[in-house]
Amino acid sequence: MKEKIVKLFIGLMNAISAFGVLFGVWYIVYLSGVIKPALFPPPHIVLQQAVFLFTEGRLLFDMLSSIQRVAIGVFLGVTVAVPVGFILGWNERLGSFFQPLINFFRALPPIALIPLVIVYFGIGEVAKTVVLFYAAFFSSVVVMYEGISGIDPLFVRAAKTLGASSAEIFTKVVFPLSVPHILTALRVSLGVSWATLVAAELVAAQTGLGAVIQDASNYFQIPIIYMGIALIGFLALVMDLIIRWLSSYFTRWQEEFTA
Amino acid sequence: MKVQHDSVKEVKIELINTSKMYESTAGSRGIIEAVKDFSLKIENNEFVSLIGPSGCGKSTVLNLVAGFLEPTEGQILLDGKPVKGPGKDRGVIFQQYAIFPFLTVQENIEFGLKLAANRIPKSERKKVASDFIRLMGLEGFEEAYPKELSGGMRQRVAIARAYAVEPEVFLMDEPFGALDAQTRSNMQLQLLEALQEKRKTVLFVTHSVEEAAFLSDRVVVITSRPARIRDLVETPFPYPREEKLKTNKDFLELRETLKQEVMQEYAMQVQGRGK
Repeated sequence: MKEKIVKLFIGLMNAISAFGVLFGVWYIVYLSGVIKPALFPPPHIVLQQAVFLFTEGRLLFDMLSSIQRVAIGVFLGVTVAVPVGFILGWNERLGSFFQPLINFFRALPPIALIPLVIVYFGIGEVAKTVVLFYAAFFSSVVVMYEGISGIDPLFVRAAKTLGASSAEIFTKVVFPLSVPHILTALRVSLGVSWATLVAAELVAAQTGLGAVIQDASNYFQIPIIYMGIALIGFLALVMDLIIRWLSSYFTRWQEEFTA
Repeated sequence: MKVQHDSVKEVKIELINTSKMYESTAGSRGIIEAVKDFSLKIENNEFVSLIGPSGCGKSTVLNLVAGFLEPTEGQILLDGKPVKGPGKDRGVIFQQYAIFPFLTVQENIEFGLKLAANRIPKSERKKVASDFIRLMGLEGFEEAYPKELSGGMRQRVAIARAYAVEPEVFLMDEPFGALDAQTRSNMQLQLLEALQEKRKTVLFVTHSVEEAAFLSDRVVVITSRPARIRDLVETPFPYPREEKLKTNKDFLELRETLKQEVMQEYAMQVQGRGK
């Protein structure tokens, strides 16, 4: 236990010093005047703007809007992707049949679909949910498919020799073995969806972090643009960390692969 | 391991004129005959090993008894009744252990006891599991995950797990093949000790002639493919057997005889490939 706390502390210190270096470089560039100050705000100005918008403005609301959209899109996408990916991974024939199709749609950046989605669904929440669902579904179904098809059938055989029924094999063997893949699917789809969301919001939204950046750029408020970017990155990092923490607990039995 | 020679021998496992043929998926056309007209009787609590050249079909025979494969011809009986698919009456120990990585040692061993087919109340479950943990020398490792265990320990977990559901027989497919020589010797002794305390009928497949002779009541030498019985050899050494038996004169003679037979089958296999 103590080991873990020490490790966590060291990790935190590393992160802080790394970002510290980044801020340091940032300040140096600002102070050197290489880029016009009007176009390149220093960290403290950006922070000022952030605090201001948070307390006086609608920043919190925008953050929550963005998070909510991603949450819904990912939830829907992953919920459908898990059973579909499972079936495709488990049933070889179905899997190999659909694989090229799925790979095509997965490779297609969801951003490319935004104009079309706007034509069909307008610029409201439904449109955004459709795009995010698409992004989340296709990125996670591939992860599920590959993970499930990689499960060693020997475990199923072993379970049979212990007296397990088909249902028991599914719930007590196959499902636990798929948990790591479900978590990876979640992580991947979160990443892809977040990126897609920002693009969608830049194009067509009144609320959300993307909208904040878009508005700021219309009025040439560079510090707010910086703030928006920093926040987007920060939130993505936090969400990723949460899932990684969940993963490390639920997959603590997995072997670490060494060369 | 047999208790004594009775006039009425209780046959536990019986293969009757068993054949297994596969359709070839590889380059050569036609049908592959893996096992041909194989008949064998294994008595209750007897330890029988199958040895033979690689690819001769000894694992196929085991898989047929396990129910992972169906015979193309003939029958496989357990206690006189035909075998249909895998089940808890035939515990299988695999070379790759196949213990569940997401469960601790204790949970792995209790796994079978939580299934509908074997369910016993929770309080008893722990007791039964501890008994087998003790039997296989796993005390202190109950909360460990397989990833923390060595190969030998993992195999012990696999054996304990199989023991816990009280199968009629053990089917072991080269269970010690992935272990280093030292661990392998230890596991052989461990297995004999466990069987001494809790007897089971065992069908054991191995590449090691020495291992087969050391562990078994009887050694079956399998021919090159298709698998048939070339020889049935009794190992007349009393149990419990110790490591030093392996340097005993009679044992070495027996081992050499068996080895010669297997080498001859190997040679025939190589010749056959030339066709």
